[in-house]
Amino acid sequence: MNAPASLPADDRGGPQQPLLIVRDLKKHFPAKGRFLSFGRDTVQAVDGVSFDVGKGETVGIVGESGCGKSTTARLLLHLIEPDAGEMIFDGAGVGAPDGISVRELRLQMQMVFQDSYSSLNPRATIGDIIAFGPRTAKKVSAKRAQERAEALLEQVGLRPSLFARRYPHELSGGQRQRINIARALALEPRLLILDEAVSALDKSVEAQILNLLSDLRQNLGLTYLFISHDLNVVRHVSDRVVVMYLGRIVETGGVEAIFRRSSHPYTQALLRAMPSMDPDRRTKASPLIGDPPNPINPPSGCRFRTRCAFAEEVCARVSPGLADIADRHQVACHMMDTSSGHSRAGTTSVGHD
Amino acid sequence: MADVSAAQPLIRPDTSASAEPRSYWSTVAERLMHDRVTLAVGGVLLCVILLAIFAPWAATHDPLQGSVLRRLKPVGTPGFFLGTDETGRDIWSRLVFGGRLSLICGITPVLLATLIGGTLGLIAGIGGRLINMTIMRVTDVFFAFPSVLLAIAICGVIGAGIGNTILSLMIVFTPPIVRVTESLTAQVKNRDFVEAARASGAPVHAIIRHQIVPNVLGGMLVYSTSLVSISIILSAGLSFLGLGVTPPNPEWGLMLNALRQAIFVNPIVAALPGVAIVITSLCFNLLSDGLRSAMDIKLPS
Repeated sequence: MNAPASLPADDRGGPQQPLLIVRDLKKHFPAKGRFLSFGRDTVQAVDGVSFDVGKGETVGIVGESGCGKSTTARLLLHLIEPDAGEMIFDGAGVGAPDGISVRELRLQMQMVFQDSYSSLNPRATIGDIIAFGPRTAKKVSAKRAQERAEALLEQVGLRPSLFARRYPHELSGGQRQRINIARALALEPRLLILDEAVSALDKSVEAQILNLLSDLRQNLGLTYLFISHDLNVVRHVSDRVVVMYLGRIVETGGVEAIFRRSSHPYTQALLRAMPSMDPDRRTKASPLIGDPPNPINPPSGCRFRTRCAFAEEVCARVSPGLADIADRHQVACHMMDTSSGHSRAGTTSVGHD
Repeated sequence: MADVSAAQPLIRPDTSASAEPRSYWSTVAERLMHDRVTLAVGGVLLCVILLAIFAPWAATHDPLQGSVLRRLKPVGTPGFFLGTDETGRDIWSRLVFGGRLSLICGITPVLLATLIGGTLGLIAGIGGRLINMTIMRVTDVFFAFPSVLLAIAICGVIGAGIGNTILSLMIVFTPPIVRVTESLTAQVKNRDFVEAARASGAPVHAIIRHQIVPNVLGGMLVYSTSLVSISIILSAGLSFLGLGVTPPNPEWGLMLNALRQAIFVNPIVAALPGVAIVITSLCFNLLSDGLRSAMDIKLPS
């Protein structure tokens, strides 16, 4: 992917300044279910997640269901209030005294949801759905908001005269997802979070939407945070990839580093589970056995150790931190750290030149 | 991002939607038009309501004027085609005038309860844990009493009369409406489109007005319509017990009570107010069913 030709007028930090810096983002939900339990049971949905998103970049977030991908997306938009963590949007701290408010953040960061139907108000027309944000959050006049909605419909490839007065239930899944994209773009954001935005679509429609997203990114200079469990799509669209497991980042790096030189046993297992187009390269044995552990009481130390083939005593004792193994390629695994005491430490070849 | 399929133009205007767009409510109306049962039921209800409104013209006699000479005439008596009651008053005229009070007692409490209960339910559904707990636990207290007993108890305390009937029935119907609205609101609140609206930075009142209320209103309306029939029966019951409308005013429940003594003399005439109650409340129930299915639009039919 090429960087966008120019930066928008409201850019502050210049091209080198990451658009979004996330540090140590945390969300522990109180665990429900047990009657009259006064214990401190918490679901550690997101536990200390840190990453950067450069301007014009597409960052993919991958992981199994329940690993905290969607929670991370909602935390970034403050749809769920984070317990801890810091967010810096183009140099301005979110909620910091000299930074920007959550409201200002939301004008620059929007989200496209997975379920194209439930994310559209069934009682509102398409035109009203797209115009809602500008009208209420930016206090744009109804007429101008409607004009903007029609321009956006055009931009996502839907003819306004045909669609503006329709209702979501009259549209197909692909058309609805285009509406969702138009709605997200209505506030002229710089960062778009795509939370499994193409996962529920047919492959052919998915390709159309991916092309649309690619076009929009180039025309509008957008930055994408692309959350998906589909590794093929992530590889296709992303510049960099973040791999999550049970609320933590286990590996992050450039798309080629992750897909060709992955170093974390979990990333490797994920890649082995990827469906291949080549019938000779079938997935024979299941790369991972069982479900992820219960996030209410996650394993001590490394969270992946219960399903890891190389787990040793040190893995249960010490939680591995993300450490650089190459330029912008970080892994959280004791085997990558020569001083960790893991018997395989330093012996595993990562294939970095 | 490389093109997935370079052969295809990337943004091609999608023209696959056909015909004129229609609004949600016109689609609902269209579906109602094809529902014969609901149409018939609506017609009957319209007749009942029109008869009640134009009672002075529809009635053949003074509903309060009796005569000892023509007591308990059977159905089909010349001049009194539905017969007369125990004091010789014309049943038809009393039924027509009684419809006024019965409908008022049926609809007004539900209307008021929908306004109050709907607002409370919305607040409980949207508000935080504490607000929700407070409102819902208070409504639970009312659920501890059977609705008939509660209405009787309230009427017994504040006294008989049409105003008190309406008040007591309103109190009876508010808790279930609160509960229905609260659960509808809680469901809608968690849908993605409300999250998307929140993510747009829209103020809370705009989200409630444009996103939540329109999606809660339909379900509330259906539920309230079904309560009208219960309200008619309950208010008739209160009058029957002497706690609602006071004699000599014509009201269906009251008429049923008065004619009770004549059931062995003239059973058909004695049953007529009951028939009126059954038909009207049944119609409101069927109307509510019809509305429910007409408003349940997931995909175009």
